[in-house]
Amino acid sequence: MFESLLIEGLAIGACYGLFGVAVAIIYKTSEVVNFAQGEMGMVATFVAYHILSVHGMSPWVAFPVTIAFSVLLGMAIEFCLLRPARNPTVLGMIILTLGAEMLLMGLAGWKWGAEQKDFPFNLSLVTTHAILPGLAFNEWTIGVFALSIVIMTLLFLFFRYSKPGIAMRATQQNVNAARIMGINVERIFSITWGMSSLIGAIAAMFFAARSVLDPNFMMEPFMRAFAAAVLGGLTSIPGVIIGGMILGIVENFFGYAWPEWKPIVAFVLIILVITIRPSGLFAKHYVKKV
Amino acid sequence: MKRDYYEDVRLFKSGTILAWSVVFLVFLFTLPIYTPSYNIYLLNVIMVHVVLAVGLNILVGYTGQISLGHAGFFAIGAYGTSLGMTHLHFPFLAALVAAALIAAFFGFVIGLPALRLEGPYLAIATLGFGLTIMHIIGRWNIFGGRMGITAPPLDLGIPKSSCSWVIAGDVKIYYLILIITTLLVIAARNLMKTRVGRAFMSIRDDDIAAEVMGVNLTVYKTLSFAVSAFYAGVAGGMYGFVVGFFDPFTFNLILSILFLVMVVVGGLGSILGAILGASLITYLQYDLLKNVENLPVLGELLVSISRRWFTVIGLANFSGIALGLIMIAIVIFEPLGMFGIWIRIKEYWKTWPF
Repeated sequence: MFESLLIEGLAIGACYGLFGVAVAIIYKTSEVVNFAQGEMGMVATFVAYHILSVHGMSPWVAFPVTIAFSVLLGMAIEFCLLRPARNPTVLGMIILTLGAEMLLMGLAGWKWGAEQKDFPFNLSLVTTHAILPGLAFNEWTIGVFALSIVIMTLLFLFFRYSKPGIAMRATQQNVNAARIMGINVERIFSITWGMSSLIGAIAAMFFAARSVLDPNFMMEPFMRAFAAAVLGGLTSIPGVIIGGMILGIVENFFGYAWPEWKPIVAFVLIILVITIRPSGLFAKHYVKKV
Repeated sequence: MKRDYYEDVRLFKSGTILAWSVVFLVFLFTLPIYTPSYNIYLLNVIMVHVVLAVGLNILVGYTGQISLGHAGFFAIGAYGTSLGMTHLHFPFLAALVAAALIAAFFGFVIGLPALRLEGPYLAIATLGFGLTIMHIIGRWNIFGGRMGITAPPLDLGIPKSSCSWVIAGDVKIYYLILIITTLLVIAARNLMKTRVGRAFMSIRDDDIAAEVMGVNLTVYKTLSFAVSAFYAGVAGGMYGFVVGFFDPFTFNLILSILFLVMVVVGGLGSILGAILGASLITYLQYDLLKNVENLPVLGELLVSISRRWFTVIGLANFSGIALGLIMIAIVIFEPLGMFGIWIRIKEYWKTWPF
């Protein structure tokens, strides 16, 4: 019992962490909390659903198309919404992303309706494999762990060795200095949003496989992912994954003990963490940029 | 041009504004005579949202803090008032004030972390608060659980006793709400002319400079949250009686977003803006966009677009799309909101035809 709760919590936590990474990448680069992140993932998941269920194509077509769509969606939102806004305030940024959220949610509801759908996902939640003696992992869990490791490795390599990755880090540290050094900051923002949208879409598909698919299924996972991101410190990517895992384990054990109050755990945790240690557990203390 | 301090703190800038305000109030008080009853219901909802938007504007527009959790305070007001009347047999006004004070207390508590947080962090903390309130109410039996509760008869006297004075019907409720709304709007305008209001504005403009000049940040930030939550509580209490029935999911995240949109669309840091924004957004949400397919030209166009690419049944989601577009357009094109447009019109006509 204990082991299965732990594994389940870790897996959900890794999923929160992945989604939190998507939020954190954008926050690090452009100081915006992207409230539309969940809905961007939701729309991408609906596109995958449309290709799989309505057109009946194979997953090998659906997933690459979805990935490409999500990247384009992220870039489009950055290009159409954030770029035209001239020096918006923090509140303005929040209103912008909230507006994008309402827009995407409305469009998805218009296209696919509000009724709940089952997302046909290749990894089942029921079939289990005993990888380690005595521990049964279901396929979904294995998928999440494998994918988190792959994405984390790729992100590490990207930020460490690739030229756009280094440029992105420079932009995060100081936009103006980066611009002076010849970095095309606009392009960096565009890449950031595309990348974040991609990671978010992958995590959203995993969430959809667990729950049902409807236009607001990503609202609560987004909140939890953000809680995870804050818990780990919004600026440290491994911290975000670890924060997600802590949140997942806490939520799972708490939910086992008091199932009634499970949905509140994340919110109480987020308020506590934000109040006591706004910089998160694994980041250096956050300093106001003047 | 202001020449002395007393001119700055006057409630009405000039006799003209005072006269127009009186004319407008008289118009509002005689309105039920010549409007159909559905519109009275709509006006009631608008006034409830005006109270809330004015309160939220004190927090967002004047103090520069962000709240995505005002649906939580709104819910506390609604449930507090109804339960106070059914269980404790309070008269309506006493229950309303009591519930609003509870909301204000919660506002004070949420204001404490706000001392250390800013920007997105504060938005998330308040958002978490709003969702927590929604979930707690949905799981406690005294609040009616997920099924929601029906508001008791609106009783200005003591319920279930000889001195009860039940008010029923949209028109009577309209007058009651109109009086409360007018008082609260004037109170808010007055508050902004006092020492407290100026302290709020100095925090918005620069909190460090304000602290250096002797504004106690702890007191004024928490006070701003408390006042704002008080307004939200009053609005919630009235809302319960306007709609008659509510459940926890009435007070969801979308509602909090909607409140923020009212303030931003109306214009930050302006009482008039809050009133305009609340009226416009409520009208769009409750009337115009609710049956968008019945609109003359746009409706037919949208239905044909729906047939071609989308689903006709999903057209009900159009209000979300429209609101999202309004939010985006306001930030990109008119950050000052409707109040900014009003100011520009006024400036243009002042010197017309030059």
